[in-house]
Amino acid sequence: MLRRLFPHPYLTVVLTAVWVMLMNEVSLGYIVFGFLLGTIVPLLTAAYWPDRPTIRRPVRFGLYILLVLWDIVMANITVARIILFLPRSQLRPAWITVPTVLRTPEAITMLAGTITMTPGTVTSDIATDGRSLLVHCLHAPDPDAVRDGIKNRYERRLKEIFE
Amino acid sequence: MELAAEILIAALMVISGVFGLIGSFGLLKLPDLMTRLHAPTKATTLGVGGVLIASMIHFAIFADHISFHELLITLFLLLTAPITAHFIAKSHIHREVRADELPPPAGGAAWGCFERTGDGRRIEVPGERQG
Repeated sequence: MLRRLFPHPYLTVVLTAVWVMLMNEVSLGYIVFGFLLGTIVPLLTAAYWPDRPTIRRPVRFGLYILLVLWDIVMANITVARIILFLPRSQLRPAWITVPTVLRTPEAITMLAGTITMTPGTVTSDIATDGRSLLVHCLHAPDPDAVRDGIKNRYERRLKEIFE
Repeated sequence: MELAAEILIAALMVISGVFGLIGSFGLLKLPDLMTRLHAPTKATTLGVGGVLIASMIHFAIFADHISFHELLITLFLLLTAPITAHFIAKSHIHREVRADELPPPAGGAAWGCFERTGDGRRIEVPGERQG
């Protein structure tokens, strides 16, 4: 019963919080209305998102977000330096394949998004069997090192969080 | 206290302005579409982020209320930037890149862009370069 009313409990919480933040004022009325939205929207969209994502380690998930935010700042500085100081002739863009051991769609989406937001890499495509990501590197003199970096830094953590 | 906050806000806005400028300069300098895609997904994130942090500090100190809108802008930006980049990259692959220019995926599958339909026919995309 509870499961049918709240097919995505995380989404309910997030939608309520987003509504209150959007109103920019914490009051009971906004919380109740946000909760109504947070109940209706998951019910309407449950047909398109049948499985519930499981976050096994919420604390590590929070730490992961902090790590990614830090990496985004570093990525900005790295990319800014490449744009400003690296002559175009020395730029080594490359396509690389990142095989992934992640299986849940939510974890793969998180990995793909993380890759795009962090140093000089953009996720461009996924293999038909969902086991590899196509990543474009802005400047990769050593493509294997980039691939191993992604696997060690992000994929290992996402595996612990989601699977 | 107010002077320190003003200095901090000013510094953050200068930093974000510089990064926004570098991101836009990257669009001009980098040689092709895929490398240009890196400039707006990265350098401008910090550009926008700096303005948002400056705005939060400003409202917390000079307007005496905490504003959540900046957090929401950050959230939506982080959610949508990778998706936009992914869409642009995919349409670029469809139009300009042949399958043999890309490294193969692990384990004998094909990349999603070069997927064939059940009867072995390539999915046609308008304006696509035939590979």
